[in-house]
Amino acid sequence: MNVHEYQAKELLKSYGVPVDRGFMVQSLEEIAGVLDQLPGPGYVVKAQIHSGGRGKGGGVKLAQGKDQALQQAKNILGMNLVTNQTGPGGRLVSRLLITEAVNIDQEYYLSLLIDRAVCKYVFVASTEGGMEIEKVAEEKPDSIIKIHVDPFSGFKNFHGLEMAGKLGFSGDQTKQLTGIMRGLYNLFIEKDASLVEINPLVKTKDGRLLAIDAKVNFDDNGLGRHPEIMELRDVDQEDPNEVQASKYDLSYIKLDGTIGCLVNGAGLAMATMDIVKLHGGSPANFLDVGGSATAEKVTEAFKIILSDPNVKGILVNIFGGIMKCDVIAEGIVSASRSLGVKVPIVARLDGTNVEQGRKILAGSGLKIIPAGSLNEAAKRIVAEAESYGHSN
Amino acid sequence: MAILIDQNTRLICQGFTGKHGTFHTLKSAEYGTKVVGGVVPGKGGTVHEGFPVFDTVAQAREKGGANASMIFVPANFCKDALIEAIDAELELVICITEGVPVGDMLFVKRYLAGKKTRLVGPNCPGVISPGLAKAGIMPASIHKKGGVGVISRSGTLTYEAVNQLTQMGIGQSTCIGIGGDPVIGTTFIDAFELFKKDRQTKAVLMIGEIGGSMEEETARWIKKNFDKPVAAFIAGATAPAGKRMGHAGAIISGGKGTYQEKLKVLKSCGIKVAKSPAEMGKTLKSVL
Repeated sequence: MNVHEYQAKELLKSYGVPVDRGFMVQSLEEIAGVLDQLPGPGYVVKAQIHSGGRGKGGGVKLAQGKDQALQQAKNILGMNLVTNQTGPGGRLVSRLLITEAVNIDQEYYLSLLIDRAVCKYVFVASTEGGMEIEKVAEEKPDSIIKIHVDPFSGFKNFHGLEMAGKLGFSGDQTKQLTGIMRGLYNLFIEKDASLVEINPLVKTKDGRLLAIDAKVNFDDNGLGRHPEIMELRDVDQEDPNEVQASKYDLSYIKLDGTIGCLVNGAGLAMATMDIVKLHGGSPANFLDVGGSATAEKVTEAFKIILSDPNVKGILVNIFGGIMKCDVIAEGIVSASRSLGVKVPIVARLDGTNVEQGRKILAGSGLKIIPAGSLNEAAKRIVAEAESYGHSN
Repeated sequence: MAILIDQNTRLICQGFTGKHGTFHTLKSAEYGTKVVGGVVPGKGGTVHEGFPVFDTVAQAREKGGANASMIFVPANFCKDALIEAIDAELELVICITEGVPVGDMLFVKRYLAGKKTRLVGPNCPGVISPGLAKAGIMPASIHKKGGVGVISRSGTLTYEAVNQLTQMGIGQSTCIGIGGDPVIGTTFIDAFELFKKDRQTKAVLMIGEIGGSMEEETARWIKKNFDKPVAAFIAGATAPAGKRMGHAGAIISGGKGTYQEKLKVLKSCGIKVAKSPAEMGKTLKSVL
């Protein structure tokens, strides 16, 4: 789960990490009051959407004086912000963060995440602040510094000293950096984060280290024990179908193709998308119904797939293990009846109770095309979707 | 011979009395696995479905002679269940549960270092040595005893692969689902090390997916250390970057963990990779 910059900064602040002063607003009426509480005359107006690259997209503006700040806020609030991460549709800006403009001496990058390869936490830092870290990794790999932290030892001061030395800090800044790293670490552990990133972390002209932009992602598997983090969720920032799917414990990701996929298991769901592509089609979505689907869940999965107007056919691929093919078959039949599905459906069932499942489909009187193998299923749905697309 | 589980396995289930724990423990017993009972705190001394229930894993080991556990407890309780099983010095612990927080797994992974226990999972279908024993949720009927080891990050995609092998008349020595999470117990390399020593295993099918770099590391290791034929499939050629594809570990982030990169490294290490998931069995056959 992602949160907004202003929420990430509030979290960081609560863990003792210094951030620039700022206020979140949702309407222009609030702005005058907020500007009065900031020192001025420089302000930064920042669109709050769950995406990087906001500056390049025109969602972050520097302003001199209150009038200009208000003008920039008017321009940004309510705009549809397109960045390199939002896709062409962009995101509606309904929240702004107004901050003080800081006198910056130098910019750095600092983040904390899990290094899967060695199963440890890792601080990643760079003197190339403000840039996307992926770009830095590509263009100046030597400037990337990594300090690992063993989950048993936890964060210790020497980790901070080590990092400070590599970033060229000394004296009081070393102390500040160590405090910031300790804050990131404690936040990460206590809140089950999956990424905490400050970019840029700046050194001000008067020698203070400050987080000017921040991002925190949370491990979805840990959210259950953090209701206070769940409250920070902004569903307006998520694809409405993905939100709907998550309510039914379905794992759905929208893609831009024409063939809807309904599959049990994440690996098989990916493989199903892959084979659709190999046969010349393009998948409209990733959808894993999970290990214990009911007829209700299958119906909901169909609804979500069909709400995408690009879908010209649906491929159902179920390999029954925990899940029984007859249950899925009943779900398919009741869903296509109650939803009046018009697009062709190819169903490939295998595994537990496959014979009963196939019988239910065959006896339903509906036009659900059975397929014996994965290959046959993929080939068939691509052909069916094509002819459906031509005739409609 | 097979690896991990066989006729000497004495299995318990942690979370035995839950719906899935009950169902799959009974199915494992039905397959011929020696099931010695279950562990449910507070229900020790009772009998569930004809099997004894113990309060702790240590008691199950002491009184029931358990040497392996299959875990179905809810995700937030897995960390404790795993530590308990490790402390009881069980040889093998298979964690089926999905949704364990990654921070918990980092702790457990570190805790495992130097201990006697081998962990498989979490978020995995378990392990089966066809004809000998099964500790997991896979449909037993698609398996056939033979000489191919199967290792996979996925569940149902593994069933698909095994089904293809069996239909071609190719049996399996042991099939291991190592799990779809970013931090897991037994890795591909760990499993390959076991297959290396197993005389029943003549070849290995590896099923990977996008995310992380385990497939690449494994391919480099295979090139140096593994003499038996290996075929592979990598799921997720069409997966977009930055999206978690169902499995917590299946995500392309920061340009890392892509299909193309994995394919490139596997091929450069001499591993034959099936282009289509419909050809996993065929590709394995071609390297025999």
